[in-house]
Amino acid sequence: MFKYIQGTRGKLVSLTFEGRALSAVEDDSVASALLVAGEKVLRFSPVSGAQRSPFCMMGACFECLVEIDGVPNRQACMLNVKEGMVVCRQRNLAEATRS
Amino acid sequence: MTKHDVVIVGAGPAGMAAAIECARAGLSTILLDEQNALGGQVYRAVEKADVRLLKILGDDYSKGRDLAAAFRASGTVYMSGATVWNVNPELGIFFSKSGTSSSFSAGAMIVATGATERAMPVPGWTLPGVMTAGACQIMLKANGLIHDNVVLVGSGPLLWLIAAQMIAAGTKPSAMIETVPLSRYVAALGLLPFNRTALGYIRKGAAMMRVVKRAGVPIYRDATEIAITGNGQAEAISFRSKGRSHTLPVEFVALHQGVVPNQQITRLLRCEHFWSESQRCFVPTLDGYGETSVDNIYVAGDGGGIGGAIVAELQGRLAGLRVAEKAGKRVAVDVTALKSQLQRELSIRPFLDTLYAPSAEILAPADGTIVCRCEELTAGQIRAAVGLGAQGPNQVKSFLRSGMGPCQGRICGLAVTEIIAECRTQPPSVVDYYRIRPPLKPLALAELAAFTPAESDHAIVELGQVE
Repeated sequence: MFKYIQGTRGKLVSLTFEGRALSAVEDDSVASALLVAGEKVLRFSPVSGAQRSPFCMMGACFECLVEIDGVPNRQACMLNVKEGMVVCRQRNLAEATRS
Repeated sequence: MTKHDVVIVGAGPAGMAAAIECARAGLSTILLDEQNALGGQVYRAVEKADVRLLKILGDDYSKGRDLAAAFRASGTVYMSGATVWNVNPELGIFFSKSGTSSSFSAGAMIVATGATERAMPVPGWTLPGVMTAGACQIMLKANGLIHDNVVLVGSGPLLWLIAAQMIAAGTKPSAMIETVPLSRYVAALGLLPFNRTALGYIRKGAAMMRVVKRAGVPIYRDATEIAITGNGQAEAISFRSKGRSHTLPVEFVALHQGVVPNQQITRLLRCEHFWSESQRCFVPTLDGYGETSVDNIYVAGDGGGIGGAIVAELQGRLAGLRVAEKAGKRVAVDVTALKSQLQRELSIRPFLDTLYAPSAEILAPADGTIVCRCEELTAGQIRAAVGLGAQGPNQVKSFLRSGMGPCQGRICGLAVTEIIAECRTQPPSVVDYYRIRPPLKPLALAELAAFTPAESDHAIVELGQVE
């Protein structure tokens, strides 16, 4: 597990991931907040549907793409969590087109 | 459209140092950075770090605080969270921030966009639970987070640094699997420079290795045949070390294979690049001040070849001073002293570049290994495309869509060049690189629709406050 070396210090905010309620430290990126919450899989590859998780944490690899408040293709490592944020896994394209 | 004397992209040591010099000389200076906090990756979130985190991360990191403070005081217009998505040859800068986009123009541009970690295509590297070592370090710097069961795999000084930092934080890595062939130690030893600066680096490196050994971290050297396996996520890593096969259960794996220049902006602007055999990457051709083959476009820091934080800061200062001088400002700094300091700092590179050059297994992945993560293309598919007549990365891209996913080739670019070069028995300089086109990063249509050119500095700063 990812753990805070000195406990969670900052203000906590509430958000949901795939409908599950989570609390996260205000200054954390969406990607690190989800990793702390034990969520490794943030998206499914649009090619094979394979599960993917954050990889570079600096905005280069786009492996952490999620849907935030209904907007797809958001880089979870580049955006900070906010109170009331609704985050969903980015589904594979074929699946999204079918639904 | 408002005009600035100079625009700097990137708020790491090179960008901050360049901005300080430009602003000090009286140039109207604007700096755009994609991240939310100052520091780039090496000094990531340095202003936020408390005493305990500074102690864990060490003096080389803490040093960034002084630079950040000087940058804050410099009078530079600083925009965080701003993504540059196009630069035209007339130096029009187009960027997004907070869901909207804008543009301004500049008299000169200093590209200080740093480096990314070299791809380490091994079987299973796309599985959830596999990250780069740099990513783990970012979580430590930015969030004070450490994984309590991580295996570090690969090559390079950063791997030892992060291991030592984890130990300082009280959570040692579960194992260290180094992919450096033993023969490299012998080859590198002959390149050891004998000056105080270089020996200082060697001492630091040796101290980090001692810390890791003393902490009792199992260290496997000269590892080959690395493969990460698991059902839907990383569960085990297998490899050979010193003639024996090993399989370790894993919860989290951090890969590292050194860092390489981020070429996106200099490629977009069609600056001349050359192949650096020693660093195994493309590097923009620069003069002694960091100016590229395109007038008024400069590169400072790791984007112009890997040198590290101190080198980046010196290069940033040099580029900033040159831009000021060309703009007719009086510059009262001894450039010769800066340049000789730069040479001393760089003298360790031949040793490090030789010791930590990527191994054959990394440069020529097995046919079944994914190379382009976005489009899930394997080394075998790339080789087959070459067999069908693809001559370079751009043909492979047309054949297979490699480099056409959201990362736009940032991760796979050099690996694809190397694989094609090997297949065609041509040097990478001939094979060349992906052609980079705008937008530099994927951009929402809404951001484009909200585009308004900035009429004033005030408008640019305001943009940062609009949500």
